[in-house]
Amino acid sequence: ISTLVLAEHEGGLVKPSSMSSVAAARAISEENPISILLGGTGPTLQEAASHAASFHPSISQVLIADSEKLKHPLAEPWADLIHLVQGKGGYSHIIAASTSFGKNVMPRAAALLDVSPITDVTTISGPQLFVRPIYAGNALCTIRYAGSDPCMLTIRPTAFPLSSMTSGRVSDTAAISQVDLSTFSEESNGKSRWLNHTSQETECPDLGNARIIITGGRGLKNAENFKLIEKLAHKLGAAVGATRAAVDAGYCPNELQVGQTGKIVAPELYIAFGVSGAIQHLAGMKDSKTIVAVNKDEDAAIFQVADYGLVGDLFQVIPELLEKLPEKK
Amino acid sequence: MKILVAVKRVIDYAVKIRVKPDKSGVETNNVKMSMNPFCEIALEEALRIRESGNASEVVIVSMGGAQCTDALRTGLAMGADRAIHVSTDQYLHPLSVSKLLKSLVAIENPGLLLLGKQAIDDDCNQTGQMVAGLLKWPQGTFASKVVLDKAKSTATVEREVDGGLETLCLDLPAVITSDLRLNQPRYATLPNIMKAKSKVIKKVTPEELNVEIKPDIEIVEVNEPPKRKSGVKVSSVDELIDKLKNEARVL
Repeated sequence: ISTLVLAEHEGGLVKPSSMSSVAAARAISEENPISILLGGTGPTLQEAASHAASFHPSISQVLIADSEKLKHPLAEPWADLIHLVQGKGGYSHIIAASTSFGKNVMPRAAALLDVSPITDVTTISGPQLFVRPIYAGNALCTIRYAGSDPCMLTIRPTAFPLSSMTSGRVSDTAAISQVDLSTFSEESNGKSRWLNHTSQETECPDLGNARIIITGGRGLKNAENFKLIEKLAHKLGAAVGATRAAVDAGYCPNELQVGQTGKIVAPELYIAFGVSGAIQHLAGMKDSKTIVAVNKDEDAAIFQVADYGLVGDLFQVIPELLEKLPEKK
Repeated sequence: MKILVAVKRVIDYAVKIRVKPDKSGVETNNVKMSMNPFCEIALEEALRIRESGNASEVVIVSMGGAQCTDALRTGLAMGADRAIHVSTDQYLHPLSVSKLLKSLVAIENPGLLLLGKQAIDDDCNQTGQMVAGLLKWPQGTFASKVVLDKAKSTATVEREVDGGLETLCLDLPAVITSDLRLNQPRYATLPNIMKAKSKVIKKVTPEELNVEIKPDIEIVEVNEPPKRKSGVKVSSVDELIDKLKNEARVL
């Protein structure tokens, strides 16, 4: 057994979701040399490599693919890269986080390797035995991988928290080596070009790693009112989430959507305002540790998963919370 | 240009699913089935591209047992020109579907392959990416906006990604998978539903497409997720803050 982790990095650091992939690799087997693959170009790539090399003793090597072609998260060169690295390393497993990058690249790479990938793994019961949610999390499917190497997984970062890893002292940092890109396939490169990326600037923490998430639904009624959610989130140092209805209605940008096809989150505290609780939304947040729901409809489905439910008008409740809650520490 | 759209028949999104007592899967008998919502969006986009004059024909394909022709009838009623049914009783994983689609692409020669980003039954989110890889075509997944440039033979695709929106330019032919906000699919009108009933659906088999279906993943069992224990209702903001501080200890 040996595992290749396809990692993402930002600002010279390996992203927390990719570190969860390392935690997942540890769950396959304790005896599992882990190689981390990083791509891109420039000094932040080198910094991320150093970060990865000293992250955990189970990491045996860090592979860097330094190329302009990998600067942007385009599926075509990245899938070719995985194909190339697998050809040299012969890994038994390849893991990436179920981020929009992992979901875009891993199946394409799996097709090139002629294997079936497994999406959104939440439990690893053995080297070939996995559990993943289906039907928006309303059923859990246990799957045995019966194909040839590599077994390719995308994992839910929330299911493999970094705290689950036995911390080991890193005495020797892992070796960092360059991937030889001289045979890098050109077949589908150049047929897709990255133009731009837009994102709403925000001071709030990222939805994926936030300890507290404040979510607004259709009950907020308009974009102006949605600012109440942001205000409360700011006060608690929380991330802002939204339902599909709120995003569709234009109250907030798409990147805030929590649910089956949006982000899957599991914070310590999830507070939902004006959220009815469609199964597609519950799929994205029901693993949160403590759930609070505020809704004026006492029959709203969200109350069935809420630890604390408050039947009331959010336009009264939020101002009261703003007044009475302590400032973030 | 021709557009090929793959559609899947799944349990309707509004149905509360039930896991079978023998854990072999999810109950589908006497359950309302529909076209996968993401596939509907993909088909709608194809129809709009045809209506704008950028495509001449929309062909839909579905794979599986005889019942998946229901999804094809729905697609024909929405406005697809032709339908192909890849008929098999074997369980099809996305890798097999991708190989079958690749073979169909060789026959139909479309300029664009449109799919939903995921099916809401197995939630795999794989087929579009996989067929793009097999074809060596560029891919634009999770699309929320698609603009075709016929003269340059490109598609500009706006994608919903974790950190916002990303825009790509793809050379055609390409694979595009739809996200929720790409469009609002139309309803089939009654006359069109009636007309669709008499349209011929072409049937092919995996053997005819030279695809061997060898499943490399096996479903061991399907279980219900653990239930969250039901919580309590609080009557005031003060009580809520007290519970969060002293009982849940999250504040």
